[in-house]
Parts: sequence; structure tokens; C-alpha cells
Amino acid sequence: MSQQILEGLAAIVNEVAGTPIADITPEKSFVDDLDIDSLSMVEVVMACEDKFGVSIPDGEVKNLSTVGDAVTYIEKAGVTA
Amino acid sequence: MSATISLPGTRAGSTLLSVGSYRPARILTNDEVAGPIDSSDEWIRERSGIVTRHFAAADESVVDMALAAGSKAIAAAGIEPSSIDLVLVATVTHPYQTPSAAAELAHRIGATSAGALDVAAACAGFSYALGLADSLIRTGSSTHVLVVGVEKLSDFLDMHDRGSAFIFGDGAGAVVVGPSDVPGIGPVVWGADGGQKDAITMTQSWTEYRDAPGETYPTLVMQGQQVFRWAVGEIGKVCVRALEAAGVSADDLDAFVPHQANMRITDAIVRSLKLPEHVVIARDIETTGNTSAASIPLALDRLVETGQVSSGGLALFVGFGAGLAYSAQVVRLP
Repeated sequence: MSQQILEGLAAIVNEVAGTPIADITPEKSFVDDLDIDSLSMVEVVMACEDKFGVSIPDGEVKNLSTVGDAVTYIEKAGVTA
Repeated sequence: MSATISLPGTRAGSTLLSVGSYRPARILTNDEVAGPIDSSDEWIRERSGIVTRHFAAADESVVDMALAAGSKAIAAAGIEPSSIDLVLVATVTHPYQTPSAAAELAHRIGATSAGALDVAAACAGFSYALGLADSLIRTGSSTHVLVVGVEKLSDFLDMHDRGSAFIFGDGAGAVVVGPSDVPGIGPVVWGADGGQKDAITMTQSWTEYRDAPGETYPTLVMQGQQVFRWAVGEIGKVCVRALEAAGVSADDLDAFVPHQANMRITDAIVRSLKLPEHVVIARDIETTGNTSAASIPLALDRLVETGQVSSGGLALFVGFGAGLAYSAQVVRLP
């Protein structure tokens, strides 16, 4: 798993929701552990699209339940982009 | 050769002369709307920033509310109703296909020689209508324009729809726009994305309802996340274009009055614009809900009434919603 993407994503989650960076680890669930609701998740996704140059359609967002899911998705999307 | 067509002289600009508003008496708390959508006061506050909203009485029409707000605006402008020569009503909840709410309003308010039409651009409607008023005054076609944003959304809500029942409210706001040697309304920046027309729409058209009625007559339905993404991604850019078009910077602003869609959308747009601390942000949604075309003049009137802004300062208006239509301009505060 890309450490660089994980760090970038953690910075985004911290910016959107104020979650301490140290708490943002791959196994954490956005909704259950990090208090990211569906609207905050849209903001996180949009910031990821900007930062990593990938596209994450609305339909995919519901599949990204943990931080690790999002990192893996961004990694794959980045390779195929 | 046939005769030439002559045109009136053009004007340097137009400006907001006054603002007035009307909020229906009945106030609904989150607890009252939470039951049918299996929600809670806390959830609604967190998702929208809304604490209460107003609902009009059953026998209170869109035109009744527009009349109340419009009369206050005309009185505050210090002009006679008969000197209004155009009435523009931004609404999507006047329940008659025809005639327009504006025609009835013009008659009832005493604007007896005014042109009258409705503007159906949903939550962007007020800013669209203001853009039209400014252009018509500058070209010399109109002199005093009454612009009203009014909605009775409670008539078009399914109170069991989790995506919309808690968001919307009723009310009216109005401004009088008149000529000015110094431009008081900047160029309007507007557009629409009909490719996303289903993001905010009705459950059925009237003819579909006639042929195969659903459980209720057509009500509003909204894809919340899709609208949120569009608003957060695009509306900040529209705001920047409106500032550039008016030749002012964010530092020059005294107030930011966005359509009161959702507090979370306002917060996200404010973050993306990096507005300076001194800019007052309209947050009328807390006690008014989302009133579509009425939200900008209602929020403006609240800022003026509570002394949060002073006459002569600059404000940025931006409306956005079903269409997906958007519209923005910089104005000088009345």
C-alpha cells in the first residue's frame, strides 16, 4: 500500500473533518471510526481527485468504506489513468 | 427606405434601492419533521445546519407572500407602487401553469402599468431575475423593477422523503431595483447544466400523473450527494468569475450571500473561496431552511435588519439549484 497516498489522504481527511492525522490508518472505517458522513466523504473524494489526478465516480464512493479501500482504489485508478 | 427604430438612452447602471421579506407565522422544529423520515434533531442539524423552518398556512398563497415582501420593499424604497414598471417573480411553486404569479402580484400591489413575468430558475431564480432587472434598466427598457423570490415548497414536499423533507421551507424576499449613475449591480454570470436535470426534479410530470398517478401528486426529489458534489466543485468557480466580471476582489466584499442550500455547502464554498475574516457570511438557513428562489433576499434582509451589514457595502450573491442552473453577481447593499 502506498505510504505516499496514505499520507496525502490523511492530510485531506484532517483538513475536511479535523481528525488527528495519527488516527487515520488503513483499517479505519470512514463512517464508523472517523466520523466522516456522506457529505464529508464527497468532499474527501473531490479533494483526492484533485490531489491524485484520479476520477472517483459517485457510484464508487459507497465501496470505499475504509481508509485502506480508498488508498487501494486511488493506487489502481492512478495506474490505469 | 422604411423608418428607423429608435431606442431609449442607455444608463450607467442600476442599484438595489431596498429589500423586504416575509416569513410565514408557523415555525416547524426538527423534531416535528424528524418522525416521518425516521431521523432526529441532531442528524438534521449535522447534515444541514437547519434548526427550524417556516411553513405557510394552507390558505396562504405564493402571491400572498410575495405581496407581503414586495409591499415592504416598495415602502422602504420610498416610491409609489404605480412607478414600478416591471415585476419579476422568481418561483417554482406557484401552482398555476398560467397565469403568472407576477401578473397577479402586479395587480394586487398596485403596479398597474407594469410588465410582469415569472422566472423559473429554481434556487438560482432570484439572481437570474436580478440580472435581468439590471440589464433592462441599463438599456432603458425599465426604470423601477420589483424583483421577488418566493416559494411555498411545503406544497411540493413528500414529508416521508429522507432526502428532502427536512431541508425546505416557505417564504418571500423582495428588492426594488432602480437607475443609478454609479453601477450598483455587477455583471451577472450564469449558466445551466441540463445534462444533470434529474439531480433535482419532480417525481412525475403533471401529464404522467394524469395518466398513471403515483401515491401523491408530483413532489420534489433530490440526489443530495450529486448536488453537493456539483455545488462544492463548481459554485466557488462561479463566484470567482462574478468577482472578476465586476472588477472587485474578495477583500472588497462586506458580505457573502449564497443561496441557502445547506450550511455544509455554504461552509465548503467559503473554504474554497478563502474569504477574508471580515466578510459576513449569510447563514439564514438555520432558522429559515432552504427556500429556493426566496433564500437570497430573505438572507439579505436578515443581515440588513440585524445590522450585520451597512448600506453601501459590497456583497456577492450566488444562486444554484435545479437545472442545474447557477447565477451570481456582485451588488452594492441597499
